[in-house]
Amino acid sequence: MTKPLLDVEDLRVRFHLRTGTVEAVRGVSFQLGRERLGIVGESGSGKSQTGRAILGLTPPPGEVKAKRLAFDGIDLLTASKKTLRTLRGGRISMVMQDPKYSLNPVMTIGEQIIEAYQAHAKAGRGEARDRALAMLEAVKMRDPGRVFSLYPHEVSGGMGQRAMIAMMLVTEPDLLIADEPTSALDVTVSMEVLRILDELVTERGMGLIFISHDLKLVSSFCDRVLVMYAGRVVEELEAKNLREAQHPYTQGLMRCLPTLANDVRPLPTLNRDPSWAL
Amino acid sequence: MLDIQNLNVVFGTGRLRVEAVKNVSFHVEPGAAYGLVGESGSGKSTVLRAICGLAPITSGRVLVDGKEVTTPRSKAFYRTVQMVFQDPYASLHPRHTVDRTLSEPLAIHGEKKDAEARILQALREVGLGPSFRFRYPHQLSGGQRQRIAIARALILRPKVLLLDEPTSALDASVQAEILNLLDDLRRRLGLTYILVSHDLAVVAHLCERLLVMQHGEAVEETTADALRSGDASNAYTRSLIHASQGFTRVATQPAQAPAA
Amino acid sequence: MTGAPLPLASESSGMRAWLLSPEPHSRWQARLGRFYLGWRAFSRNPLAVIGLGIVILLILVAIFADVIAPYSPITGGDLRTERLLPPSETYWLGTDDQARDIFSRIVHGSRVTLFIVVLVALIATPIGLLVGTVSGYLGGWVDTVLMRITDIFLAFPRLILALAFVAALGPGIENAIIAIAITSWPPYARIARAETLMIRNSDFIAAVKLQGASTPRIILGHVVPLCLSSLIVRVTLDMAGIILTAAGLGFLGLGAQPPMPEWGAMVATGRNYLIDQWWVAAMPGIAIFVVSLGFNLLGDGLRDVLDPKAAK
Repeated sequence: MTKPLLDVEDLRVRFHLRTGTVEAVRGVSFQLGRERLGIVGESGSGKSQTGRAILGLTPPPGEVKAKRLAFDGIDLLTASKKTLRTLRGGRISMVMQDPKYSLNPVMTIGEQIIEAYQAHAKAGRGEARDRALAMLEAVKMRDPGRVFSLYPHEVSGGMGQRAMIAMMLVTEPDLLIADEPTSALDVTVSMEVLRILDELVTERGMGLIFISHDLKLVSSFCDRVLVMYAGRVVEELEAKNLREAQHPYTQGLMRCLPTLANDVRPLPTLNRDPSWAL
Repeated sequence: MLDIQNLNVVFGTGRLRVEAVKNVSFHVEPGAAYGLVGESGSGKSTVLRAICGLAPITSGRVLVDGKEVTTPRSKAFYRTVQMVFQDPYASLHPRHTVDRTLSEPLAIHGEKKDAEARILQALREVGLGPSFRFRYPHQLSGGQRQRIAIARALILRPKVLLLDEPTSALDASVQAEILNLLDDLRRRLGLTYILVSHDLAVVAHLCERLLVMQHGEAVEETTADALRSGDASNAYTRSLIHASQGFTRVATQPAQAPAA
Repeated sequence: MTGAPLPLASESSGMRAWLLSPEPHSRWQARLGRFYLGWRAFSRNPLAVIGLGIVILLILVAIFADVIAPYSPITGGDLRTERLLPPSETYWLGTDDQARDIFSRIVHGSRVTLFIVVLVALIATPIGLLVGTVSGYLGGWVDTVLMRITDIFLAFPRLILALAFVAALGPGIENAIIAIAITSWPPYARIARAETLMIRNSDFIAAVKLQGASTPRIILGHVVPLCLSSLIVRVTLDMAGIILTAAGLGFLGLGAQPPMPEWGAMVATGRNYLIDQWWVAAMPGIAIFVVSLGFNLLGDGLRDVLDPKAAK
């Protein structure tokens, strides 16, 4: 049995607020190899906090606890800040929802990719520039040289998100966490972005955690899906076996979506059983 | 009920001139639901805003009930046409209770007489009890807020409801509840809907006929049934249908190392 | 919106539950509940509570000045034996050059200070609010004209402009108040306009427009309440400056006229005896300092509670 790339056991994220303690993630466990894992859930299910906790990006006053949180054998909970810094952005990268907020508005896209690369690899400026251009080409920018010298506000949402992916993949990470990478984009554009992401992940043999609210999208994109509800994983299943989902929440989530294929009226709604959250 | 003839909407002048809507025409029968589908920048929301007066009508005609609308719109227009916005977190006044939000339209139109009974009835219609009456928006969930927004639009008993992406800010399970509510209200109150959405499945669920828009122009007018059978003559419509079915891999990828 | 009584500190748990009920049964309960939440956030900040205490103290002292002050603030004692006495048991804060008890004068001076503060707030806030919201909401040439007028007022330093007004209108407390009010509304107009620009394109304003609401109704009923909180914060923080300006005018002899016990004018008379009889100038100076500080602390606390960015 090969060693998993990421090993998460009993991950808990707590927020100590004035009004009391809120547990956003309550004992999530999973292992990830070099595969595509989807985490699906509605707002407040703790899916995003799970992704952030892995990268150590839990916003204060959050507190992360786990029995095990190891990346490639390195314990992320006890690792030094320096180790974490080299891992983050180097071997583990994250793509956020909206490129508008995650790209630096006063730096050109090219500069940002170069900076990301030089932060983790000893490379001269010339080499970094070549890498950045190659990366922009890899995310199918029509004119990499032009995009290189553009500022984030000068590109469209889809291009911005592709630039973001280029920046995150330039260091050749082993694990990419994508948190709703396409939900700010139009459907046709998001399909294009996903296709690029899919190609790169497959080519480079990366592990991918794809966090989304869209069950249909995740199941069509990933190999394995974790369904989260109220901070817990209620069901884990192979994406292709989604139709055989056992948990009523997963079934409900699937059924309540209107589809072009069949016209159900009224749409079945989700009756939330309090026992799911236990 | 609603007739849009050669509608053009232009914002700005000179270098900043943007033709948001180019020569769009469509017709909606009373009691029908009509969808406008497209991606961002397609002008679908602008059509809606031009109908209700939030965007200018540069040229062309908008007829409601056979009468051309005036600019600015008359009070009678607002009693006939109401709108529900996309983001329920932004469309309710943060300092007003549900009660104040719902009584405002009645006060504007001088119908304060049986306000209390009508507010309670409006709440009942959208499936909320009287206990919601004195809450502030921050005490409501996203779905409840959208229900309040729908109640506010319905309290003047309009005939036409303009729906601007009414479910896209909501979770899937809440979306189903709101779609059912809209479907039910239309049947019960005999409303005419114009629904704007980027989601083909949502439009096909709620509407009988729809218009696909791209870059401010009407691309294709079709029916929900045609969409369901995958029957689209236009390439752009087909690509939208394709994209709505989830991600598809072009070629099969080499097998991945299985998870440990 | 406001005007609800302060919840008493000794409310029972049943009262609290009623206030915090997620399902209020009446308009009043909803309002009180929100007010109570604000009060809870406010009372968590000890400095803000101290500020509120100082301001309440100022109000109480002003109301009960006749009862508190042991001597007349206007007529002094024996000029031969009771002039410029240091603080003692008979004269807690000493006496001034007219043999008047400084403590009594400060107590009565609080009325003058409160009078100025309240009147300036009542004149300047509505003007600023109205100019700002109308200008921001309507835009176009209305905005240009109103904002250029605001800019003209903003371009002058406050004290200088107030001096010019008082010089033109003649010295006196009423004219000083008018002068200060005229010079303090432009920043409020700017703030209100900035807030309005953010609000006017929001969906809830579009929604009320689509109900057929008239422009005055939208501005007064929907825009103003949202601008009000940040304006209240700003006005409270400005109070210290207003008190200082009033005192400055008094000091220069352009504000309150003798023998009115105005703190700034008192400092001015004390200036002549600063080396040997320091208390004559220091005592009213301390009063000015404490009250200004109180308003500043209160303003800081209010900002934490009312700032829309910190809203839940």
